[in-house]
Amino acid sequence: MARDLVVIGSSNGGARTLPLLFAGLPPDFPAAVVAVQHRGPEVEIGGLASFLRSRSALPVREAEDDLPIEPGVVHLAPADYHLLVEGNRFALSTEAPLRHARPSIDVLFESAAEAYGARLVGVVLTGTGADGAAGLRRIGRRGGYTIVQDPATCERAGMPEAAIAARPPKRIVPVEEMPELLVGLCAARGRAA
Amino acid sequence: MVGQDGMGTAGELEEIEIGLLLEGINSHYGYDFRGYAPASLRRRLWHRAHAEGLRSISALQDRVLHDSAAMQRLLVDLSVNVTTMFRDPTFYAALREKVVPLLRTYPFLRIWNAGCSTGEETYSLAILLREEGLASRMRLYATDINDNVLERAQAGAFPLERMRQFTQNYIHAKGKADFSSYYTVDGSWARFDPALTEQVVFAQHNLVSDGSFNEFALVLCRNVMIYFSKPLKDRAHGLFYDSLHTFGVLGLGQKETIKFSPHENRYAPLGSGTKLYRKTG
Repeated sequence: MARDLVVIGSSNGGARTLPLLFAGLPPDFPAAVVAVQHRGPEVEIGGLASFLRSRSALPVREAEDDLPIEPGVVHLAPADYHLLVEGNRFALSTEAPLRHARPSIDVLFESAAEAYGARLVGVVLTGTGADGAAGLRRIGRRGGYTIVQDPATCERAGMPEAAIAARPPKRIVPVEEMPELLVGLCAARGRAA
Repeated sequence: MVGQDGMGTAGELEEIEIGLLLEGINSHYGYDFRGYAPASLRRRLWHRAHAEGLRSISALQDRVLHDSAAMQRLLVDLSVNVTTMFRDPTFYAALREKVVPLLRTYPFLRIWNAGCSTGEETYSLAILLREEGLASRMRLYATDINDNVLERAQAGAFPLERMRQFTQNYIHAKGKADFSSYYTVDGSWARFDPALTEQVVFAQHNLVSDGSFNEFALVLCRNVMIYFSKPLKDRAHGLFYDSLHTFGVLGLGQKETIKFSPHENRYAPLGSGTKLYRKTG
């Protein structure tokens, strides 16, 4: 099974956790990465993207409406929009925040699960609240591979605990172990990981 | 399992149900959502289904075809953009710096705010144009598919709790006055000065099926085409192109692109990083 899309959701603590994950992904990482980090509207457009760019071997870009999902690129959900996967491209929405969040992790995860099915890997990282739990459950039910950051190692354990409670994920690991796991999952072709 | 978490062929069945629902709405009410992008459309349909206490898209079809009030509620779900005044303040700052000088060269101005939803963008634009001394010689057409949201826009009342954010945006957008001078407080509402909309025409217009209705110096259509699939996006872009004067300006949302539109080469960006495009030919 060639898994070619990794979706990641984080909230409080994400700004310190995402760099640990991105720094460990090699420049030749074969899958596309899409990350939702909870945040408010940005005055300085692209602030978080440039912060992460300097801490990642892969190019980091803010997703825009209608742009293709590119392998080997970290796409960041823009502030104050929901980000959806529409076929192999992105779509945006300004419908109401979900669980006080826009971008919402569930919105990204559920649309990605529909579009990618078993080719998808979903990752829930640190954060308070329960965003991402329903989305990760959907990813699991559609045959995708589900990973949750070990709550004991999280800055905030709420989201990981909610995700684990909603449906047991395939793996519960500290963030330091994720890059290697993701490389293995996305490079493995023709066999189940 | 019933509903959106169904397994296997449930996804295909749901696709059929959505297709039938959209056909039904188009035939019965004349609203054509068949060209909308499926992922967010699907979300909004399920949102309405759950709000109506229904467990399938077929049940939603039954409800909206037989109950026009339910159809109105769905229409609101499909046409409301939850936005703020002066959303993306840098856009409005650029509008002031780069577009207003062009607008000054017209003795009389027509401007189109397409997909105005509940009016946050329309009032932002009206305030900016008044501050730039253009309000007395312009007409601003604010259109939306949905009469209900147009009525709300026309009423000009917004929840008071939102004023903090609107004010912040206004300041970052290089507003020239005290933002609170534009509204009066009425209980938990901020009622905007009716004089702001004296030159505004609120009218129903459907980007899916209606044509061009005038020639404009400026068209703003921000975060509306994000719900359209490719053919519908192309249609709307064609409509805007046909509706602009030569050298007229098109403004899009901060995360929208003109890149894949067939009209891409007939516009020149006004500065880098802003979503303002000037028609060149």
